[in-house]
Amino acid sequence: MEVKNTVTAEHVHHVDHHDDEHHHESFWTKYIFSQDHKMIAKQYLTLAIVMAFIGMFMSIIFRLQLGFPDTKFGFLESVLGKWGKGGKLDPGFYLALVTIHGTIMVFFVLTAGLSGTFSNLLIPFQVGARDMASGFLNMLSFWFFFLSSVVMLWSVFIETGPAAGGWTVYPPLSALPQAMPGSGFGMTLWLLSMAFFIVQSLMGGINYIVTVLNLRTKGMAMSRLPLTIWAFLITAILGLLTFPVLLAAVLLLVFDRSFGTSFYLSDIFIGGVPLPQTGGSPILYEHLFWFLGHPEVYIVLLPALGLTSEIISTMSRKPIFGYKAMVGSLCAIAFLSCIVWGHHMFVTGMNPFLGTVFTITTLMVAIPSAVKVFNYLATLWRANIQFSPAMCFAIGLVSLFISGGLTGIILGDSALDINVHDTYFVVAHFHVVMGAVATFGMLAGVYHWFPRMFGRMMNKTLGYVHFWFTIISVYGVFFPMHFVGLAGVPRRYYANSAYEGFDYFLSVNQLITVFAIIGGIAQFIFLFNFIYSAFKGKKATQNPWNSTTIEWTSPVGPGIHGNWAGPTPTVYRWPYDYSKPGAEKDFIPQTVPFSETKSSNLPGEE
Amino acid sequence: MTILILLAVVLGVMVLVRLMNIVQLSTQVSGYEETEDDQIRENNWAALGLMVFMIVGLGLTVLMIYVYGSHLLPVSASEHGVSLDKLLNVNWFIIGFVFFATQIVLFYFAHKYRHTKGKKAYFYPMNHKLEIIWTVIPTIVLSILIITGLREWHKILMADKKDAINVQVYGYQFAWITRYSGNDNVLGKSNYKLITDDNPLGLDTSDPAMKDDVYTTGNEMHIPLGKEINFQFNARDVIHSAYFPHFRAQMNLVPGMNTFFSFKPTITTEEMRKITKNEKFDYILLCNKICGVAHYTMAMKVVVDTPEDFKKWVRKQKKAKEIPTTPSMAEEGNINKDVTATL
Repeated sequence: MEVKNTVTAEHVHHVDHHDDEHHHESFWTKYIFSQDHKMIAKQYLTLAIVMAFIGMFMSIIFRLQLGFPDTKFGFLESVLGKWGKGGKLDPGFYLALVTIHGTIMVFFVLTAGLSGTFSNLLIPFQVGARDMASGFLNMLSFWFFFLSSVVMLWSVFIETGPAAGGWTVYPPLSALPQAMPGSGFGMTLWLLSMAFFIVQSLMGGINYIVTVLNLRTKGMAMSRLPLTIWAFLITAILGLLTFPVLLAAVLLLVFDRSFGTSFYLSDIFIGGVPLPQTGGSPILYEHLFWFLGHPEVYIVLLPALGLTSEIISTMSRKPIFGYKAMVGSLCAIAFLSCIVWGHHMFVTGMNPFLGTVFTITTLMVAIPSAVKVFNYLATLWRANIQFSPAMCFAIGLVSLFISGGLTGIILGDSALDINVHDTYFVVAHFHVVMGAVATFGMLAGVYHWFPRMFGRMMNKTLGYVHFWFTIISVYGVFFPMHFVGLAGVPRRYYANSAYEGFDYFLSVNQLITVFAIIGGIAQFIFLFNFIYSAFKGKKATQNPWNSTTIEWTSPVGPGIHGNWAGPTPTVYRWPYDYSKPGAEKDFIPQTVPFSETKSSNLPGEE
Repeated sequence: MTILILLAVVLGVMVLVRLMNIVQLSTQVSGYEETEDDQIRENNWAALGLMVFMIVGLGLTVLMIYVYGSHLLPVSASEHGVSLDKLLNVNWFIIGFVFFATQIVLFYFAHKYRHTKGKKAYFYPMNHKLEIIWTVIPTIVLSILIITGLREWHKILMADKKDAINVQVYGYQFAWITRYSGNDNVLGKSNYKLITDDNPLGLDTSDPAMKDDVYTTGNEMHIPLGKEINFQFNARDVIHSAYFPHFRAQMNLVPGMNTFFSFKPTITTEEMRKITKNEKFDYILLCNKICGVAHYTMAMKVVVDTPEDFKKWVRKQKKAKEIPTTPSMAEEGNINKDVTATL
């Protein structure tokens, strides 16, 4: 407590000199090497949006190939050069696109973009801190993310093409340059980029955890934290525990590739010669990779669920149902996510008795997930819902979370997984439950907290148009894809020409491609709205959503250094006092003491 | 051409910005502020939209199940596959029920409890009883699914392999070789260092067990009807995956490891052609783990024969004893590794 007070006092002092300091801020320290969490959040968001459009563009190119394998697209040659000669996508580059699309979307957009943007923006704001615990580390974290993005994009432009062994980069394929062109220099860059990425993730994570635990304002007990903060905290802990394991996996792969070790390699005959490596096991890599890889799913999912909890509660004008159960289920999901990784490996040659264990733990994840869904439904019951674009995306998220979560029951069952493993059923499943849910969470967050970021509102009408195109195309793309997978069509195939039994599904693939293009174009509506509103949007009011949380008590606009001009606000209550019986308005901000709300206090609230 | 497109895009964006400005200015000039009625109207439209989306979406779901459902995999051609399909259907039934129920509730609530004039939300922060109910019910349902799933998994695991025929499926970029163990039902030893053009599997000629082995040279493998077949999978270069969709069977091929899967074919190719009413129907073995640029071409036709036809076909395959003598690799000690996995 004492420590906290000291920090606050120091910051108050700091803020007193705020005006003087303002003059010293140059363009470089304000916009580029900023240590302000608000600016860093915007930097993360901007870079993530750029990466998202690149990843999306890649997906549309390979969707064209899948939907229209016999058509020549003239523009491919001008865009891709030798990889699109004669308007036909090169099979090797198809795999490269799939790989880089996956890497960009999972890591750069949904991990860094989601956690980086909203943890940075909301943690100091919602816990009532002046800034992150370490502004400098925070700045470094962004610039490592930037460096990592640059290296990843650089790999797309090299002679032999980028990594192409799938985003999971299983050795030996990824370890042996003679196995495919993408395993050459492109793979080296991929590994380098991932190493930088892990560094940024750890720097960010440490900061988030420390800030939430140590810099909460007066009265902000852990039990009064908004669910967003709980989600960010648990996500950060999860990342801190699992990302280092990926770094280990990546380093061992570097050794195997460059220094002749055999951690993952054994008994390989390739390019007409037997390799000397012996005794290693690719299964080791798979274990290490999925030890991060599965929690990673929840690293992108939990922040989205946290944002949604907050938005659904605010826009329903109703407390989130079962706050403690929501926190408990977040913790349960995070804990279980660390012991389910083997469900990616049921048919890889892992000891099948382990499959038994992983089936049990995996299906157990469905319990806290179900609790979350039911709590969302209970929150909507007898609510007073205001459909802002953010709320539309939040409702869409719940719908997608149900759809995608349920198919996970099939994949988590070792016996049922045998026949759908690595088919389009898996692709459909994780795009819905991880890709779409996290994207919807991110978009909902952007619409909701845009006024907090830029002091302006996003255009509502464009927001609705964007929402409708997006949800229709998401379902249009991924719902039919489940059937393609159930018919046994394998993923990562350049063309489904190997088996004529798959011919029927060409028309389905065309449908999917058409929806993908519509969905892609719709994102430009968002982009336009985002950029336009950031500069010329309608000016925001102090608390545009009549929200209870304290980020809306900080001066409106892009925000000031230190977040609050005076002392940081004191918090007296939990963040979900919406529509409390007896209260004047349908919300009571966290900063209002119980002594001022005698008429609405419940027994036990003094 | 490219410049023209770029120009069009730039102009388009400029026009949009102008339009937005005009809209915004006109509302400001006329002093027009969004009234509560406007907001409620907008809210109604959004809520109605979600309701329509749900109804149309669920309708299309039923339609897709009906239309695509008949083009999925035909009846399973293996013994374990039939009960696996039954289990899958039980799962689909439960999943389908939960899917329809929760989606309907979600969108119905969203529509019903939309904001209207003077409405106040019901302050309802928690209810322990409800929480317990919807924790316990999923737990029970999932326990049932876990138990039935694992029972099936163990049945596949513990398949009776006493009378099984040992067959090796060998994968390399980008083709398959199948080796049959011959009369002794033992696959002769091999070593990757012995691989040559004449000896694609790297068989060790000093091992007498290999003398009666035969292997395929074409892009076709045969298996006999009604016999348990114990597949041993090996890869030469990178990980591959042997996926037999019609037999509900899949196992990865991992360099440096033996992996296994066994199943019993129950329907011949001829019979399956009648069942599917498709003269040209064939079973297939696909590579289902990304293995290089031509991954998508790595497939092999699978034919289920009657045991008699199978014997005839096997006799026509390449004989391992014709392989030129190789140096013995036994002393190197890296043959028949202990690292194995069974399924």
